[in-house]
Amino acid sequence: MSTLLQVEELDVRHGLLQAVRHVSFEVADGETLALVGANGAGKSTLLRAIAGAHRPVGGRVVFDGRDITAMPAHRRVKTGIALVPEGRRLFPNLTVEENLSVARASGRDGRWTVDEVLAAFPLLEPLRRKRAASLSGGEQQATAIGRALMTNPRLLLLDEVSLGLAPVVVEGVYDSLRTLIESGTTIVLVEQDLTRAMGVADHVMCMLEGRVVLEGARGGLTREQVTDAYFGLRRREATA
Amino acid sequence: MSWIADIVHGILLGGFYALLASGLALMFGVMRIINLAHGSLALVGAYMALLLTEHLHISPYLALAPVLPGALIVGYLLQRTMLERSLRAGQLVPLLTTFGLLIAIANLLQRFFSPDVHSLDAGRIGPASWHVSNTLSIPWFDVLTLGIAVAVLGGLQLVLRRTQLGRELRATAEDPDTAELVGVNARAVYARATAIAVAIAALAGVFYGMRSGFDPNAGASELLYAFEAVVIGGIGSLWGTLGGGIVLGISQEVGAQINQEYFALGGHVVFLAVLVARSAYGAPRIRYALRRFA
Repeated sequence: MSTLLQVEELDVRHGLLQAVRHVSFEVADGETLALVGANGAGKSTLLRAIAGAHRPVGGRVVFDGRDITAMPAHRRVKTGIALVPEGRRLFPNLTVEENLSVARASGRDGRWTVDEVLAAFPLLEPLRRKRAASLSGGEQQATAIGRALMTNPRLLLLDEVSLGLAPVVVEGVYDSLRTLIESGTTIVLVEQDLTRAMGVADHVMCMLEGRVVLEGARGGLTREQVTDAYFGLRRREATA
Repeated sequence: MSWIADIVHGILLGGFYALLASGLALMFGVMRIINLAHGSLALVGAYMALLLTEHLHISPYLALAPVLPGALIVGYLLQRTMLERSLRAGQLVPLLTTFGLLIAIANLLQRFFSPDVHSLDAGRIGPASWHVSNTLSIPWFDVLTLGIAVAVLGGLQLVLRRTQLGRELRATAEDPDTAELVGVNARAVYARATAIAVAIAALAGVFYGMRSGFDPNAGASELLYAFEAVVIGGIGSLWGTLGGGIVLGISQEVGAQINQEYFALGGHVVFLAVLVARSAYGAPRIRYALRRFA
């Protein structure tokens, strides 16, 4: 498999706080990578920097062999990167259908159209003319994922898609994710729930205080290793 | 029955204020820019039409054909070169920038066109009116102005509701950062909004020049009426702007009915009353109107 996304020595700051420190990793075409880590570990900032919503102070982001570090967010969408932001960030006074079709601005043709998204998320079909602000959390999340899909992305970045949702709704969201993964979309997802993350991802990467502290294929990591990295405990490595 | 005449004339006058104010409402609704140079840009439109009518001997209506596309270009460049930079520096800076623009435009117009009062010839429709009764006659030109205002607002509404540009404008107005993340070039969208707003301003300016005389400093006073129409109608709301213009027009006519000198005062009093009522009871409603732009 060829490399789709390459992040090299990336440094991202929020003012004085350095949220991402010298992070490097690669994602192959068709792969699913899960980013785990405690709150404030820099996962969301890393995703936003890849999507172009946050300008890094150092390092490079290479997408499909092209250096996109200086490219503005809307042009990254045109090259095939879509972010489902944390907190969904729908346009509250636009209808579900308008929220989806505004993403046609990307100009990327492909499988995903308004009708395709509504077919993939049947719960949205009766709501298509409702204002996004009036939807429930799960409906909003489905709309947010659908909106990102409307840009027909090659790389889909998902930031905490299960946050604040009822378990049964999360199950639905993950079912649709599995369909996406099977269709060959490359995905990087941030997930707090370790079981879920390890359930769908090929690779898991754990961040702590802005650095990558553990990375590996799903089969090569145990739950304990990830948990220790998550909390910054190194005793297992020390004794090994 | 002169009260009925006042109300009818007030409604017609309101059409003109709405035309003048809709560009202002659009820019505020999309970018939160209060464009203090809006009246001056309208005046530039009137002066450009004046140039064309004097040198090419065409009617002001025909002069709109080159003036409106020119205004679109001016608006686009204005956003890209000046307003975009000042927006990045915070909310107050665009206010200062457009205030500077207002002064610069007034001085430039004075330099090139002299401080004399000019006017545009409205043609045969100008003096024509429909005599309903001894006290009420309806000038055709005012009806035309109101018709154009309704058409402009309806057209804007249609663009905002039905087109991809409209969806991008509304999405960007609500959340520019997220709009970027779905592929919308927010800066280009802003520039298009300003282009449309300046073109509508120029249109209003040409009609202003046909209904009354104008001089290089008329921009500020016209801006004031447009601003009052926007505030009375609910900031950022398009049809509210028409309602606001009409309320303002009626207040002025009724004020003038009480005493000739109370024409402007009538409008100011209602404007202040609405502002006080809003800030005392309806502050959340103003914010609601902001979010529900168009």
